Amino acid sequence: MCGIIGFMSRKKRMIKGDKIAIALDSLKERGNGKGSGYVGYGIYPTKYKDCYAFHILIDNTPKFEKIKVEVENVLEQYGTIVKDEEIPTEDGIIEKIHIPWRYFYEVDEKYADREEDVVVDIVMEINDKIDGAFVISSGKDLGVFKAVGWPDEVAKFYRIDKYGGYMWLAHARYPTNTKAWWGGAHPFNLLNWSVVHNGEITSYGTNRRFVEMFGYKCRLLTDTEVVAYILDLLMRKHKIPVEYALSALAPRFWDEIDKMPEEERELHTAIRLAYGGAMLNGPFAIAVGTPHGLIFMNGDIENDTTMFGLTDRIKLRPLIAAEKDDMIFISSEESAIRKICPDLDRVWMPDAGMPVIARPWK
Amino acid sequence: MIPSYVPPKYKVEVDPNKCMLCERCTVECSWGVHRREGDRIISYSNRCGACHRCVVMCPRDAITIKENAISWRSHPLWDIDARADIYNQAKTGCILLSGMGNAKEHPIYFDKIVLDACQVTNPSIDPLREPMELRTYIGKKPKQLEFDFVEEEFDGKKIKKAKLKTKIAPNLKLDTPIMIAHMSYGALSLNAHLSFAKAVKECGTFMGTGEGGLPKALYPYADHIITQVASGRFGVNEEYLMKGAAIEIKIGQGAKPGIGGHLPGEKVTAEISATRMIPEGSDAISPAPHHDIYSIEDLAQLVRSLKEATRWKKPVFVKIAAVHNAPAIAVGIATSDADAVVIDGYRGGTGAAPKVFRDHVGIPIEMAIAAVDQRLREEGLRNEISIIASGGIRCSADVFKAIALGADAVYIGTAAMVALGCRVCGRCYTGLCAWGIATQRPELVKRLDPEVGARRVANLIKAWTHEIKELLGANGINSIESLRGNRDRLRGVGLNEKELEILGIKAAGE
Repeated sequence: MCGIIGFMSRKKRMIKGDKIAIALDSLKERGNGKGSGYVGYGIYPTKYKDCYAFHILIDNTPKFEKIKVEVENVLEQYGTIVKDEEIPTEDGIIEKIHIPWRYFYEVDEKYADREEDVVVDIVMEINDKIDGAFVISSGKDLGVFKAVGWPDEVAKFYRIDKYGGYMWLAHARYPTNTKAWWGGAHPFNLLNWSVVHNGEITSYGTNRRFVEMFGYKCRLLTDTEVVAYILDLLMRKHKIPVEYALSALAPRFWDEIDKMPEEERELHTAIRLAYGGAMLNGPFAIAVGTPHGLIFMNGDIENDTTMFGLTDRIKLRPLIAAEKDDMIFISSEESAIRKICPDLDRVWMPDAGMPVIARPWK
Repeated sequence: MIPSYVPPKYKVEVDPNKCMLCERCTVECSWGVHRREGDRIISYSNRCGACHRCVVMCPRDAITIKENAISWRSHPLWDIDARADIYNQAKTGCILLSGMGNAKEHPIYFDKIVLDACQVTNPSIDPLREPMELRTYIGKKPKQLEFDFVEEEFDGKKIKKAKLKTKIAPNLKLDTPIMIAHMSYGALSLNAHLSFAKAVKECGTFMGTGEGGLPKALYPYADHIITQVASGRFGVNEEYLMKGAAIEIKIGQGAKPGIGGHLPGEKVTAEISATRMIPEGSDAISPAPHHDIYSIEDLAQLVRSLKEATRWKKPVFVKIAAVHNAPAIAVGIATSDADAVVIDGYRGGTGAAPKVFRDHVGIPIEMAIAAVDQRLREEGLRNEISIIASGGIRCSADVFKAIALGADAVYIGTAAMVALGCRVCGRCYTGLCAWGIATQRPELVKRLDPEVGARRVANLIKAWTHEIKELLGANGINSIESLRGNRDRLRGVGLNEKELEILGIKAAGE
């Protein structure tokens, strides 16, 4: 059981982080203080907008400096650190067992044709090889803030209210399959993908071994990580239209597929055959954000933000969506949405396994 | 008693107080154990293989079969088997024959693996209330899908639509991941084959012909039959290849890796002669290797030839025995045009195998599945090929574990025969099967009613299918593809670290 909430301004208005913190705080009941986290998109609009913003947790031990050097050695192999600093935090709220550090980073020009793959490689290398350092986000103009603690504690700790973003996702954790630690809190991020997840992926072993075939390494000890990698593989690497990629995660039932017209039947059969290893089983509701690069069913390449929500095929976890003017919300509970936006234009419950996809207005 | 160096293994007793001298046992026993002498039944225990036919058929429940309690001087090295084998070989000077799979006391890894179930944090799924999907496709899967975006007119407006560009190779569609293994017509009776064929058709799955060709009587079921091309090429022609749903090249089998086969001439009746395309009464010898396959590229050529012969419409499988180098061989097969690799473990049954092969050659199927699946993934070839596991699958839990270790589907051979009444007495090669399964004698074959046989085999497949659905539901999974290779749902009990590492599973408690 976990609480999730996400919202986006379709006008790309900047919204302060305290909004998402208030909403998440009302989902306290769904967590147990063992992990909370936030991701904001559009939070670094200044001169670092086009840099990869690496948020890295480094163990707060006497080895801190040594680990930091190791991290920097990896980064400098592939590009330039434009700026680095400790992520500002408030003292006396959470025991600071990790020091969150951020690097604004440019990938060397010689990797221009595979820049994103290089970033993925860097993340894999740091998480896999360096003991005491974990990359928690690696996209542009976005950042993940997470720790072990209650939603309001983590928000205060990271001074979330100081950041403004046009899209926010947040998560209150009640860990059930791995121990509580900072890296295991949500959101999970890779490049521009961020995932918050309520549920337990019973197909994790299959999913993990599937993405490993394509070079991803699952090291964060929790099942949600694999969702980020699957999305990256399907939508960025394989360029599957969003609607179909989400159908790979929560496929149509064979009974439904058998009744479809021929062309559609062939398509959905092909999705299940090719991407059976990407299917997410077990109860889940996810909310996902990404700022660019998706292909839609009509062939549009959407170079703008997208947010989507999805549940498992038999909806064993709650998910609700709502709209108010330019705002669109996805959450575990209607109450969390109403807490920050009491007067809504439209509220609906997406069907099992059917995605809600939100895009900015043009 | 017939003089022999080896005392009878079983003791057969007919209780004269119960026996009514109906002589049914003398007819039912095809091995000649029972004979009437005056007003009593005399039993030659040394002919008995404990097949239970007489026991089951006796109207008075008068017959008992016991292990013969003859004491041998116990010795840890010179056990009874070792000595009995020597007596027999000293008598004949021949290779010892035996039936069924490896009978040595090696660990049965399936029994050292336990399954998971949901408690609290995720709900188990009730297959009686929610959909539970076991549909399995066997064949090549694309590694990635590609789309074209085509402009179409819709309601007077031009819109672009994603069209699937990737073509999917023909796959076999299974309603349940359980198929019936290749056992040849010749080794088995026509009625046994008819029972299997009717059952697989009813259950939406497939059976193999074995290397004995496809008898005309099975043509109505051919769309549920996988035809085999073995080293003897018996019964292979274009019609045979086109009739079946898929083709399997048999390189080897788990019961006797590295050697061929031999159907004795006395089993080659007129029908079998016609089906196999060999003279009546002649021995049917399958050579140890295919004489046109002396290396992997020759295999790739044969795969391609069979595909050409069938206009690239039929999936082609390659069956190998599970041997030390199985993962590397599987990689070679995966890089040919083959659609599935069948791995047959050392417990795989057979009608007749040299005992020395049956008991000493090959590796456990559990290890082979794990190693092959892992290696194919490391090479990025897992989507290129399906894995079918066989050899010693006894129950639905074995099927479940095989799939979780990495198989797509399984073949069952012995289990399907047991459903027909087989007692695993291991004397299939004699052609005297009292149950009408592994025999060509008309009076024995007719004991097996194909309708009854089909019912029993279909019941077995359905029962296992139900159990697999329940197990999946308990694991919070509603589709079989989420179990495939999902080793996280398995734990080992009583296995050492190396065994756990090869199986790719954690120990219980981890």
